[in-house]
Amino acid sequence: MEYKIQVNKLKLYYGDALALKKISMNVVQNSVLALIGPSGCGKSTFIKTINRMNDLIDTVKIEGEIFIDGVNIYHPNIDVVMLRKRIGMVFQRPNPFPMSIYDNIAYGPRIHGAPSKSVLDDIVEKSLTGAALWGEVKDRLHSSAMGLSGGQQQRLCIARLLAVEPEVLLMDEPCSALDPISTMKIEELVTELKDKYTIVMVTHNMQQAARVSDYTAFFLSGELVEHDKTDAIFTRPQDQRTEDYITGRFG
Amino acid sequence: MTTRHNYDQELESLRGEILKMGEAVSAAISDAVQSLAKQNEEMARQVIANDDIIDKMEIDIEDHCMVLIARQQPLARDLRVIGTGMKIATDLERMGDHAYDIANVTLRIANQPLLKPLVDIPRMAEMAQKMLNDVLRAYVNLDTQLAEAVCHADDEVDYLYQQVFRELLTYMFEDPRTISQATQLIFVARYLERVADHATNIAEWIIYLATGQRLRTK
Repeated sequence: MEYKIQVNKLKLYYGDALALKKISMNVVQNSVLALIGPSGCGKSTFIKTINRMNDLIDTVKIEGEIFIDGVNIYHPNIDVVMLRKRIGMVFQRPNPFPMSIYDNIAYGPRIHGAPSKSVLDDIVEKSLTGAALWGEVKDRLHSSAMGLSGGQQQRLCIARLLAVEPEVLLMDEPCSALDPISTMKIEELVTELKDKYTIVMVTHNMQQAARVSDYTAFFLSGELVEHDKTDAIFTRPQDQRTEDYITGRFG
Repeated sequence: MTTRHNYDQELESLRGEILKMGEAVSAAISDAVQSLAKQNEEMARQVIANDDIIDKMEIDIEDHCMVLIARQQPLARDLRVIGTGMKIATDLERMGDHAYDIANVTLRIANQPLLKPLVDIPRMAEMAQKMLNDVLRAYVNLDTQLAEAVCHADDEVDYLYQQVFRELLTYMFEDPRTISQATQLIFVARYLERVADHATNIAEWIIYLATGQRLRTK
């Protein structure tokens, strides 16, 4: 079993407040890890440490290490732009750029170099296919992405990530603004994508975590309470706090 | 602490239904064996009639479990309560069937004198019944020690079964006219041995329910 991500004694402060309390865990390559926990438990903060999104907040101070493929991403020599190319992220609300479907996908590859039209065409088709969206949009690639439904927009955002060939996909409640059918499509997609990528997903939906993830981590008040195979977490959690939370007797 | 009041009540009432079914099965086994020892046909007929009630209880428990899964998406221990509930109901129903089988033997041999006073069969019945009663108590209290004790008790019942089997075989060797009744009595011993096996299954489910761990099977 190979670890794509290794987190070692990670602490994160917002000013003086300790938001992540010495988190250590490993994420298996080509697996889906679900992060669950009540609001404010640190799971979104944690997922953002993996592509250093928290760097953008002034008051944040981070201690400890995160290794991706054995390299500490908090080392001063790390190129954060390159890091975020390798580690893509989708958010709760789909955030397509106000441009055509095609240009949304081509945006990343154009920034990271200027491939020819035919190469770009290939990338767009491959990325949209990879995000299970190609069939629905192939005849209107040059119409605005804003005209897509919420579920389609979210898959477009995933396609936009795939276009820059990342290794890790971070998803922060990717289905919370979607209807059940779109949610199912994203879940199906996640299961397909893990063949090529390592996926870390925050979700408030326990059943979603149970359906799509291989591993589940339960956070509470900035602490990693339990991290185990999803099968184990949802049938025989070891910690009473995990049991209380997943069975809805918490808070 | 958030409580899921209705859900908790549902789970509690499911446990109550299983217990009630267990008590009905326990009474059926006791009555069936007594009907045999006393050659009481009326009692045997009552056991046979009551089997429908036990079967209905199983179906109700299964339906209740299905509805809980559909409506509550149970996880962790809640899930284990429901999953084991279905398994335990199956074991209890099979035990009930064996009580029915024994009552049928009573009717079949009611007009013949017993070839010997029954000693070991009532003893087996007593042991099997104690296992069932213990396992129901273990279920109420989630008592894994008691559940484990039930698993061990099964060996004694198996031993007694072998003994009854050998003894009745001897009767048949000595006097072929006993074959018909002795065969029926061997069946009864076999049914009781199976009752004990089902009690053991339930004990193993209780351990899983309480701990999430599977007892290594023999």
